[in-house]
Amino acid sequence: MRLGVLCSIVRKEEKLIFEAFRERGVDFEKIDDRELSLDLHSRSFPWDIVLERSVNHARALHTLKLFNDRGLPTINTWDVANICGDKVLTTNALVRAQVPTPKTIVAYTPESALSAIETLGYPVVLKPAVGSWGRLVARANDRHAAEALLEHKQILGSYHHSIFYIQEYVEKSGRDIRAFVVGNQTICAIYRMSDHWITNTARGATTANCPVTDELNEICVAAANAVGGGILAIDVFESERGLQVNEVNYTMEFRNSIDVTGVPIHERIVDYTLALGEASAPTG
Amino acid sequence: MPKCLDCDADINLKADVETGEIVDCPDCGTEFEVRSLEPVKLDHAPQEEEDWGE
Repeated sequence: MRLGVLCSIVRKEEKLIFEAFRERGVDFEKIDDRELSLDLHSRSFPWDIVLERSVNHARALHTLKLFNDRGLPTINTWDVANICGDKVLTTNALVRAQVPTPKTIVAYTPESALSAIETLGYPVVLKPAVGSWGRLVARANDRHAAEALLEHKQILGSYHHSIFYIQEYVEKSGRDIRAFVVGNQTICAIYRMSDHWITNTARGATTANCPVTDELNEICVAAANAVGGGILAIDVFESERGLQVNEVNYTMEFRNSIDVTGVPIHERIVDYTLALGEASAPTG
Repeated sequence: MPKCLDCDADINLKADVETGEIVDCPDCGTEFEVRSLEPVKLDHAPQEEEDWGE
């Protein structure tokens, strides 16, 4: 099997994955997306399967599309990356699959966005459709804040900040759940705890092990399947209405979750990749 | 041993360092990316871009 790992900068996660492949004696090629040039007229690649681990969403998205359209399997697929890389498409997929998720409205002008916000009621959360690590996620507690936010987004933002993703604010009592799904199993989960209403670990949240109950496993696997399945991190709120899926991440970071869960997430990623790779490799 | 491109301090790379990995200067805190190992070559780390994430 000829294995490629698409990446750019190497984070702790990629390093752990590389080490796991090497410990198993598996050869792989690091594909640095900054050095990659893809001939659109070519259909052959020197890999049987590619594990996508790029920090850069736009590069990953295009590369996965070109690979998949030419028959090269990837983890995750372009379809999954496309949906998970856009919060509008993610929420749409969750709603279509009847996975519980916070109420969300999309609007395209500040006027219609303000009307939608008033329909949801304050506070509300505005998020860029494309973005990660809690960047530019904003909570508006009243109409004055909402008007200012919308004006700033329209004037200062690039065009995609005028796709207004408006989500009801879910009271989460200082924590949410980050669960890791590999294939059809939630392999482990953590609580992300913070005094701040944003509980991303990239924003300083602390972590603790979260037991994977049948209920949590069920909703996380359903969320993973709703976006196309693979290796995914599911963010879950514990709300008064029960568990609700907030977001789904397709190139998940997990450095803060191995010690607290006791689960070697990188090993599970490698297991899954090798199983799919063996199935994809030409025989004979 | 590679040196910080900004303050000339020594940067001690771990034995298991990877190309593409980000390392810090212990003196001035500047981040560098390991661009090659043989020979060791450091460049200033890329700035976080809007679509970076997970």
